[in-house]
Parts: sequence; structure tokens; C-alpha cells
Amino acid sequence: MKLTGAQIMMKVLKEEGVDTIFGYPGGVVIDIYDELDKTDIRHVLVRQEACAVHAADGYARAGGRVGVCLVTSGPGATNTVTGIASAYMDSIPVVIFTGQVPTHLIGNDAFQEVDTVGITRPITKHNYLVKRTEDLARIIKEAFYIASSGRPGPVLVDIPKNVSVTAIDYKAPKKVKLESYKPTYSPNVKQLQRVVKMIKDANKPVIFAGGGVILSQAAKELTQLARKTQIPLTTSLMGLGGFPGTDPLWLGMVGMHGTYRANMAIGECDLLIGIGVRFDDRVTGRVDAFAPNAKIVHIDIDPTSIRKNIPVTVPVVGDCKITLGQLNKLLKKEGLSDLKKKRNKWFDHIIHWKSTKPLAYEQKDVIKPQYVVEKLYQLSKGNAIITTEVGQNQMWAAQYYHYDKPNHFITSGGLGCMGFGLPAAIGAQLACPDKLVVDIAGDGSIQMNIQEMATAAQYGLPVKVVILNNGYLGMVRQWQQLFFDKRYVSTSLEHAPDFVKLAEAYGAVGLRATKPEEVESVLKKGLASKKAVIMDFVVEKEECVYPMIPAGAAATEMLLA
Amino acid sequence: MINEKHVFSILVDNEPGVLSRISGLFSGRGYNIESLCVAETMDPLISRITLVTKGDPPIIEQIEKQLNKLINVIKVHDLTGTEFVQREMALIKVVAKSEHRAEILRTVDIFRCKVVDVGLEHYTIEVTGDEGKINAILNLLKPIGIKEIARTGIIALFRDPK
Repeated sequence: MKLTGAQIMMKVLKEEGVDTIFGYPGGVVIDIYDELDKTDIRHVLVRQEACAVHAADGYARAGGRVGVCLVTSGPGATNTVTGIASAYMDSIPVVIFTGQVPTHLIGNDAFQEVDTVGITRPITKHNYLVKRTEDLARIIKEAFYIASSGRPGPVLVDIPKNVSVTAIDYKAPKKVKLESYKPTYSPNVKQLQRVVKMIKDANKPVIFAGGGVILSQAAKELTQLARKTQIPLTTSLMGLGGFPGTDPLWLGMVGMHGTYRANMAIGECDLLIGIGVRFDDRVTGRVDAFAPNAKIVHIDIDPTSIRKNIPVTVPVVGDCKITLGQLNKLLKKEGLSDLKKKRNKWFDHIIHWKSTKPLAYEQKDVIKPQYVVEKLYQLSKGNAIITTEVGQNQMWAAQYYHYDKPNHFITSGGLGCMGFGLPAAIGAQLACPDKLVVDIAGDGSIQMNIQEMATAAQYGLPVKVVILNNGYLGMVRQWQQLFFDKRYVSTSLEHAPDFVKLAEAYGAVGLRATKPEEVESVLKKGLASKKAVIMDFVVEKEECVYPMIPAGAAATEMLLA
Repeated sequence: MINEKHVFSILVDNEPGVLSRISGLFSGRGYNIESLCVAETMDPLISRITLVTKGDPPIIEQIEKQLNKLINVIKVHDLTGTEFVQREMALIKVVAKSEHRAEILRTVDIFRCKVVDVGLEHYTIEVTGDEGKINAILNLLKPIGIKEIARTGIIALFRDPK
């Protein structure tokens, strides 16, 4: 059977179960688009290519599957770079197809030619330039396999125009087998036995979980472990939802803007169990003062994460779900009944920290951004999928919305890229059409990719955007206030658009609240709408996110107000 | 912590772009490459890279893990601390005026190297050995006048048990 590269691509995509592609057409992918139209795969036309990747990222996280993008060569490919880098930092499975100039023109500085594979090499888990149509099916299969297995990540496939046009006798590729790529899923049992002993011996243990728990769908196993062993638990930003945010063992988020009790608990614990985390600098603060008295267990599927930033007592390489499952089994055989009693003192400590230094803000006659997030939590009953932009909005979304379930908090954690939240919300809404999806945004971030309101409107996606509008690039302004004597250099956004009118211009609904008493009614009205909505909350201009660990300080040296 | 020199022997897919994945890993993460040699193995689909780097133990551990993480890397072997043989070759173009010719040839003889090219004013010498030997002959020839050198960098193999 003779098939063109484009036809082969569609065949393999169907086999991989792809039902949605986020993309933007162009000269060298026009043949692929023509074939795409003949399938039942839904194409979502974004308005800028980075958003194709952000949307695929949101789709992957909310739906627990691989996200797919398709863009053209040159500027199409370079625009995806920010999206790819964000997915890479957060280990999100995305496959990006980029068009390329025909193979005979590669290296000639042809129109819309860039070395896409060269540019994206350090920000992809792996990437391919397909040189022959014969290799296309195998490479696409490998791309999906690599993206979704082990520690997931983005994989890019660069397809020259002639490769997608040429027809060949198609032979289905064999099952993917990569000699050099075999992730370790099952942990070493001896290491786990050491962990069991350490858990039993510990007086002041803490579990610190991260995005790996969400990615490997280990929330259930994690919850079991914490409850059975009576160990208080914190997560990184990426781990929110991996453990019920309403559980008595929950310490709140850790790190630069984590809760007082979470950071203090890590500062004082004698055993720290890191699960699916990478001990990033926003969590550890000054490394030598991080968990100074603790033995550290580190469970992660990626061996490079272990001992990269901090020394570890017991490293365990393995998939979080499988590892925690086995650990729970081993613990079942142990007498754990006296653990609760043994840890009474530790819990007293934690309760003291919680009651004396809780997360709090001062209510005034202007709208407090924290209040908006709190109200949103109440009105959505904690059931919404929250995406965020980056900065203060992201931190308040992490602090004041409580996540009981995984895959409900979607944020650009590692790269921290503004403009992520709206396209990610679009992707999440497509993955979960029946869910309420809310992008918590700032007035700065939302303007980075506001054009995606057109995408939401075109596809009838009822995503909700909550803008915490303080007229500043708030997080940088906060740093300027605290560390640069209030010299607000280039952080004031004086010339903002009227977001209500802007929403209407895009065919969405625009609402605004300027007083605290309007917050609830605006939220109620916005959340009830069947359309895309922008809710513009004019909030306190110079509100800061607290607690805060200044850069380079120890995690226990928090500024509290 | 001590900055130790380590010799890595790395088997990789013999494909375009693999070398830049390796070198990009080193430059992107701020590791240092002292020398690097690449050539096909008996299996034309696989190349061997011999790479010499320096770092304290945690860095060396990271380098080994990061190399293993690359999809095109088949096997990574840190030879340092094991039994292995290593060789490097250098071509040395040395100024050879008539009054120095005899001395140069004597040195070539002692070091068991070869003169591979002769000109009116120069000899080109091929020398093979470990790094120490090459540095030693370079030191001896320097006063006579070295015009140019080319070194291969180290290649190495694990010594199988006898």
C-alpha cells in the first residue's frame, strides 16, 4: 500500500490514540494539515505557537495523557521554544511536530529555515529530524513512547516537507524497542527496607512530595503512606493535589512562599522523605541550612535528580506509584500502632506553628487578592481545575485554593513562564469538558497571551479568567519594595487595556469588581456563564505574598509580613 | 573536595547530532571537557567516545548519570579507579636545523617514536603513549623549537581480567 508521509503520520497518530492536536499551519506543513482534515482528529487553532505547546501541556496534565502540537518551520518552530522549555522543566509528556524545509534545502538558509533540532536539543527529552519517509512511523512511535515513559517530557519531531509528501510502500513499524533507554520503575527492595526502619525510628519525620507523585498517579499510595505512618506532609508547588489539602496531616506548601509550619518542620525534622521531587532552589533556600538535622530519603524515577542539589542518606530510584505501593506493603507487616503516640510531641510543635503563624492577610475596604482566591475556592467547592500565570497570582493560587485531588493545579513551575495559564486552561478544558477550569492571572501575565481568548471563543470553551489586577508586575514590584527601597523600576503597568471591553471584543463575557462586597456576585455570575469569561478584580496595589524566604536565605528565615 | 580527572568511555548510537548532545550537556551544565575522541566501533551502528573531564565526586556522579540519561547513549563506563589502558598520539613538527638533527633523532629513538615527514627545516614526529610520555617528549623538544603540534586526546579501554 502506497502512503505519503502525511498519511503515515495520521495513521500512527490514530494508533497512538490522539484525538486532539494544538497547532498553527504554515507552508511546509500544509500537506499534513490537508491529511489531518480527512481524519476525526480535532485540530485546535491557537493564535501563537507557544500557546500550542502550553495548551498541549494543560491537556496532558488535566487529562493524564500525551499532548500533541503541530506547527510550521522557522518562526513556527522558534515560537514553540518557551512552551517546550516549560513542559521540559515540569516533565510533561508532549509531542511537538514541526515542519522543516525540504531535505535538499537544509543548510542553505532557505526561507523559514532554522535548525529546530539544534535549538530544541537542551529543552527536549529527545528530538528527531526525520530524513526519510521510511523512518517516519518508527520515529513517531518512539517519540510517544519516550515522551510518556520514565520521567516524562517533551519530544520534538522535525519533518521536512518532502518527507511528508513522498509516497512509499508502507510497512507498519515493530514495537518500540530502544536498547539505550530503559527507565527503572521498580525500586531496590533493600533500600526500601532501610526506609521502613528509618520511618519507625524517626521522632520528627516529614514527607515532601512533588510533581512526580502527580505524574505517576501515586496520590492514593502517598495518602496511604502518610496516614498509616502518621507523617505530616508538605509538597512543592508542582505536587499540590498529590495529597488532600484538607487533611489534618497537611502542612501546606513548602519553599519560598510556603507556609511557616512547612518550612519550620523541614528545618527541624529528623527524617525527610522526598518523593518525586528535585529539591529545586525555590524549595531549599540556602542548601546547607536545608533540613540540617535530617536523614534524607529521596525517591525519584530520574537518577540525575538524586544528589544533584542536596546530599541524600538513602537514594531510591523508581516510579513513585510502584515504589510507594511496595513501601506500603512492607509497612503492613510492621507494628505501627505506637507511632501516633511516639509523634505526639512533634504534632504539638506543628500545631503550635500553625496556630501562631497561620497563612493570613488583613481584610480592608479594598479587595485583597487572597480574598478573591478564597472566595473562588468556596464557590467552586474546591472542584475547579486551576491554571495559573506566574508571579503573585500563582503563589496566591497555591496558598489560598486547597487542592484535594491531583491534576487540578496546573502551573508553569520550573520555567515560571508568564502567559502559560490561559492556553493551559484551554487545553485543560478540552481534556475535561465537564469541569470548571479557571485561570488565576495577573494583569501583567494575562497580557502575554491574551490573544488566546479568540481560541477559547472560537471553540466555545467556557474557560474563566480571574485577573488579580494590581496595576503592577506584582512579584517583581514586591522584590523592589523589599530589597530595592521601593524603586519600582519598569514594573508599573499604567497603560492597561479595559479587560471588560477586551473580553467583549473577543466575544467573551467581561465582568469587574472594584469593592470587596462585589467579589462574590462577580464570581458567581462569571462561574455560572456558559461562555469564556474574564473577571477583572481591581485589588490592593501593593499587596505582598507572605511568607517569603528571601533569595539565598535559609528556609527558616522567613519574612512573615 | 578534590577535583579529580576522570576518563569516561561512552558507547553511543552512531548518528548525526549525538556528539552535539554530549557536548551540549557539558557546556549547558558547566562541566568541563579536557579531551574527547570519537570513532566508529566494530559495529558500524555504534561509536565509542573517550572523554576526559575533571570534577569533584558529586559532579562526576552527575556527569555519569546525565550521560546515561541521553537517549542515544548506550553505555557509560567511568574508567578511573579501574584497570584500563590509555593511549594518546601526537604529531609534533619540530624545527630541525642541521646542528639539531642528530639530537632530535636520538630523542625520537629513546622515546620509540617515528619521524613521519622530513623537510629542509623540520621533522614531523609521531609519538604514541600515555599523557606523561607525550608531555615528556614535548618538554625535551621545546628548547629546540616546536612549530606546531596536534594531539588526539586520550583513547582508553577497560582491561579485561586475565
